[in-house]
Amino acid sequence: MAALTSVRSCSRLITGFNAGYRSLIRGSGLPGASARPRLQLQPRWYAVSYFSVQERIENKRKAALVGGGQKRIEAQHKRGKLTARERVDLLLDSGTFVEYDTFVEHRCSDFGMEADQNKFPGDSVVTGQGRINGRLVYVFSQDFTVFGGSLSGAHAQKICKIMDQALLVGAPVIGLNDSGGARIQEGVESLAGYADIFLRNVKASGVVPQISLIMGPCAGGAVYSPALTDFTFMVKDTSYLFITGPDVVKSVTNEDVTQEELGGAKTHTAVSGVAHRAFENDIDALLTLREFFNFLPLSNKDSAPVIESQDPSERLVPGLDTIVPFESTKAYDMLDIVRGIVDEREFFEIMPNYAKNIVVGFARMNGRTVGIVGNQPKVASGCLDINSSVKGARFVRFCDAFNIPIITFVDVPGFLPGTAQEYGGIIRHGAKLLFAFAEATVPKITVITRKAYGGAYDVMSSKHLRGDVNYAWPSAEVAVMGAKGAVQIIFRGKENQAEAEAEYVEKFANPFPAAVRGFVDDIIQPSTTRMRICRDLEVLASKQQNNPWKKHANIPL
Amino acid sequence: MATYRVTPALYRVLLTVKHVAFRSRWCIIASRTQFSTVYDPSEKTFDKILIANRGEIACRVIKTCKKMGIKTVAVHSDVDCSAVHVKMADEAVCVGPAPTSKSYLNTDAIMEAIRKTGAQAVHPGYGFLSENKEFARRLAAEGVTFIGPDTHAIQAMGDKIESKLIAKNAKVNTIPGFDGVVKDVDEAVRIAREIGYPVMIKASAGGGGKGMRIACNDEETREGFRFSSQEAASSFGDDRLLIEKFIDNPRHIEIQVLADKHGNALWLNERECSIQRRNQKVVEEAPSTFLDPETRRAMGEQAVSLAKAVQYSSAGTVEFLVDSTRNFYFLEMNTRLQVEHPITECITGLDLVQEMIRVAKGYSLHYKQADIPINGWAIESRVYAEDPYKSFGLPSIGRLSQYQEPLGLPAVRVDSGIQEGSEISIYYDPMISKLVTYGSTRAEALQRMEEALDNYVIRGVTHNIPLLREIIVHPLFVKGDISTKFLTEVYPDGFKGHQLTDAERRELLATAACVFVAEQLRSQKFVGNLRVSTAQQVQKRWELSLKLDKGIYAVTVSRSGLTYTVELDGKRLDVTSEWNLASALLPVTINGTQRTMQCLSRDASGDMSLQYLGTVYKVQVLSKLAAELSRHMPEKVPEDTSSILRSPMPGTVVTVSVKPGDEICLFSGGSIITLRPWELPVVTSALGKHLRRKIDCLNQRFHPQQSKRCISKF
Repeated sequence: MAALTSVRSCSRLITGFNAGYRSLIRGSGLPGASARPRLQLQPRWYAVSYFSVQERIENKRKAALVGGGQKRIEAQHKRGKLTARERVDLLLDSGTFVEYDTFVEHRCSDFGMEADQNKFPGDSVVTGQGRINGRLVYVFSQDFTVFGGSLSGAHAQKICKIMDQALLVGAPVIGLNDSGGARIQEGVESLAGYADIFLRNVKASGVVPQISLIMGPCAGGAVYSPALTDFTFMVKDTSYLFITGPDVVKSVTNEDVTQEELGGAKTHTAVSGVAHRAFENDIDALLTLREFFNFLPLSNKDSAPVIESQDPSERLVPGLDTIVPFESTKAYDMLDIVRGIVDEREFFEIMPNYAKNIVVGFARMNGRTVGIVGNQPKVASGCLDINSSVKGARFVRFCDAFNIPIITFVDVPGFLPGTAQEYGGIIRHGAKLLFAFAEATVPKITVITRKAYGGAYDVMSSKHLRGDVNYAWPSAEVAVMGAKGAVQIIFRGKENQAEAEAEYVEKFANPFPAAVRGFVDDIIQPSTTRMRICRDLEVLASKQQNNPWKKHANIPL
Repeated sequence: MATYRVTPALYRVLLTVKHVAFRSRWCIIASRTQFSTVYDPSEKTFDKILIANRGEIACRVIKTCKKMGIKTVAVHSDVDCSAVHVKMADEAVCVGPAPTSKSYLNTDAIMEAIRKTGAQAVHPGYGFLSENKEFARRLAAEGVTFIGPDTHAIQAMGDKIESKLIAKNAKVNTIPGFDGVVKDVDEAVRIAREIGYPVMIKASAGGGGKGMRIACNDEETREGFRFSSQEAASSFGDDRLLIEKFIDNPRHIEIQVLADKHGNALWLNERECSIQRRNQKVVEEAPSTFLDPETRRAMGEQAVSLAKAVQYSSAGTVEFLVDSTRNFYFLEMNTRLQVEHPITECITGLDLVQEMIRVAKGYSLHYKQADIPINGWAIESRVYAEDPYKSFGLPSIGRLSQYQEPLGLPAVRVDSGIQEGSEISIYYDPMISKLVTYGSTRAEALQRMEEALDNYVIRGVTHNIPLLREIIVHPLFVKGDISTKFLTEVYPDGFKGHQLTDAERRELLATAACVFVAEQLRSQKFVGNLRVSTAQQVQKRWELSLKLDKGIYAVTVSRSGLTYTVELDGKRLDVTSEWNLASALLPVTINGTQRTMQCLSRDASGDMSLQYLGTVYKVQVLSKLAAELSRHMPEKVPEDTSSILRSPMPGTVVTVSVKPGDEICLFSGGSIITLRPWELPVVTSALGKHLRRKIDCLNQRFHPQQSKRCISKF
């Protein structure tokens, strides 16, 4: 006992030993007595310090691995959620995760937070870098078992550190969000932390891809980080995104609403358009995220990734010759065309449940990632409205920012008429899609499958907006409007409307008016579309195009 | 100018060459031509034939016409404007909108098409107008040849009562029964007693199982009489019924006859068509395993004498029921080309369509009865767009997103009228194709059928390949021990798909694990990307966890080249393949055994659908880590559907048989409503529950693949 006392008195020279020693005992789970003989082996103080530091490192690391402790981990599992570290393990190639800032602890000294049992090595977030299918990615994963994943100054600092590094080397950032919000005990420091992250989100925007996967609560100011990133995915039933929770909503607007209704995965993927896709559970989400990551280049300096393809680029798709129905009012599924044309029928759709009148997503052509935009005749005849314009515009801008060629399938009868649309600002929002297509300098290939009417024809990656290759199928109709409407204007008062309509159809409801003017480069047999696009992409791989110098453009937000 | 004489031998060579060009659809069978019938170009038939049909049979007829140098005219409804038969024909005429009554049965429009195109003859195919004497009469009046029997033969054989009388007079064995129309219920009971139970009550004008009832006592006779006459009246507009002895456990064997206008008639052997569901044929074969040469000859001779009795010309089929002691009874005569005619063509080498055209022109048959061979064995599977798990096949519809016929295999013939991208619609028969395989022995033909079914790619619609694949390997079928009750006896609780043995399960799991690994490896192969970690070593060994049904299996996979070694249940399987993940087919060699599987879908979360031995299995493949963590994932509770009535197939509601307050009971199998166009009753699983609200959906259309599939909640 005496020996131990002397060791203790010596060791007081080393700052922080006290806490470390206690945590040693706590962490190892051994009673104090059994730790004694090992310390007694080395009577000299520096030697003691050497070994104690080693052990403290080990123990801190061990402590960091269990986050908020076994009990909280079990609670997390009971909620159907994985822990921060389990998520990282599943997301990254096994054994590639390199953790940063395991030893960072929060610095709050109010409300008893300074107590040792309130300090957790690494605090409430796990950060670092690793590989997904061999490619570098920076990751942060919020740890709900530590103070509910709440964001402290230290937590924010850790996230900022990896974001800064990601920008330096040019690698994507994936955030796995599971946080109760700001750490209230830290007050303004926590808010400052959010702002620091927002700033970095904005700086990184368009430089490296940023992906948020919401795997638990994400409320208040915290929601703006995912909102600033390129893609926000959610896990069904366990994740929520809202500015203010149901209680505040009740007190302010007197609306009764559940968490799920207010900010669940269904709401955000189908109603608000905040989230881009939802997954069944943590495992489905993380594994699908790995697949998604393979579509993205690492940064804006890298070209779109090419994966070894087994699908012949010259493959004909006979089914496409009959896909467009004979009657021009009859619907068909644009996804059938997309799946038929892309490699292995694999299409990673973005926002599949929101603004379904436009289809956007990633696929590969001859192994290379391409962005697909297509009007969906199955929903609202494929017309453009506010939501579909915004959905399309954001996707096109992402592709343009990250060197992903854009393939556009056009079957659009025009913009959706009505007061709801006009009052909602369809002019402003429609302009976003027009802006995005016009601004894009990546290879742009357009296929008009059927209708390309009016202003919507111009918008949908037309030749006039620097489309590189524009094709029309034999079923294409490029015109100001459909036959009925046009005839009522051109032949107003004329007796025989049916005859006039037939004349209009003969003249305009076909690809020739556009083709004779060179507004489409060729009229192609639908079954050859894949072959043609693959060849064009090869040609366009070396495309160089620059917009005039500017600080940034002023997209009509 | 040199002239060449085309000798028969040279012509045979030329014909072979021509067939090679057609190989995309018509396969040369075991280095011999499909048909030994040689077309003689000097024998003039018609310049132009109109085919009053659609789908595979229209294509089938057009092919022979092309071979004979005859121009063809297709007719089509507006939805069929880009159908295969329209593209194949030299000319095409639209004869009306989609419903058959307005297009393919629209005789006015078809007559107009004949006039417009100047077709000299009409081939009606089967179904539609093929046995319509009115149509035949109208053609005759306009001087257009009907490629089929004369009107009086159609009429005589079209009526069950009349045909039975004629058959009796022609000394054809007929089923004991009452030769005439039954007047009322009491008479029905009296006749039934005279014949002896069990008896069959059926509609005189019937066909396809409609208006048929079996009765084992007086009570059932009364009930059956009422039902059948109602059904007959509504389906055929003719409520006349007849009663005959019901033959238990019969086989359905039919004799193909071919007759000309000069009194010559041949029998071209039999076709065994016992495998049926709801009285529709599923698998047919020629010859039958059951007939001995004596019975065959007796049946053939009776069939020919019946044909002669009605001065039959053209191809026709005499259907018999054969009991377990090889007694055979005349059932009916079909005065048209049968769906299953290709198997007869395979074993006899005759082109029946060509013979029909020749006979129609008035030529006499080239052959004598002694010339008709039985060469080998042919089997036909009818591939339908149907869900075999629901009463052995409820129609399904959709677009064939991927479609690949197994034509690369030897001795396979596929008669189809669709292609990738075609739509299977509610308007027409949901048959996708007739898959015929041929071999010198039955075993060989069956083996080829297995391969052909495994190599058949059909995506986008539900199809019955799982059922076909099971039938042809079932021990009773392989033995030839079958009857028309085969399906209901072998699968009393309905068809449930192939039941895996342990060894088969291992093969399936091993392949799934290998596909997963191949996919993982490929997703790391970036082309020309310098930023992929070089430090990372290519993984050599994977520990995986597979889930199939409720079972969880630990699997390890290690790789050397294209061969993956899988360890599972303490067994070792070497799986070799090209691992072409873009191909619809997945040929693998497992411990030396070749298998063709198909990977229908796979996604990042490890879910995979594999078609193996015809049946599709859902397997989940996860890494060991993901599998361990997945135990924390909550089970998602599936929606309670027991009190929701959903449409199992597309169609329009035509009858509702329950009222509010009624208990949904097993009466008529829990049937609640009836859907058109297939007139099938929709059954619910909510037995014992009471209907709370009125089912108010009469004349509404439902579609299982669209959101509107919920008919009612109760």
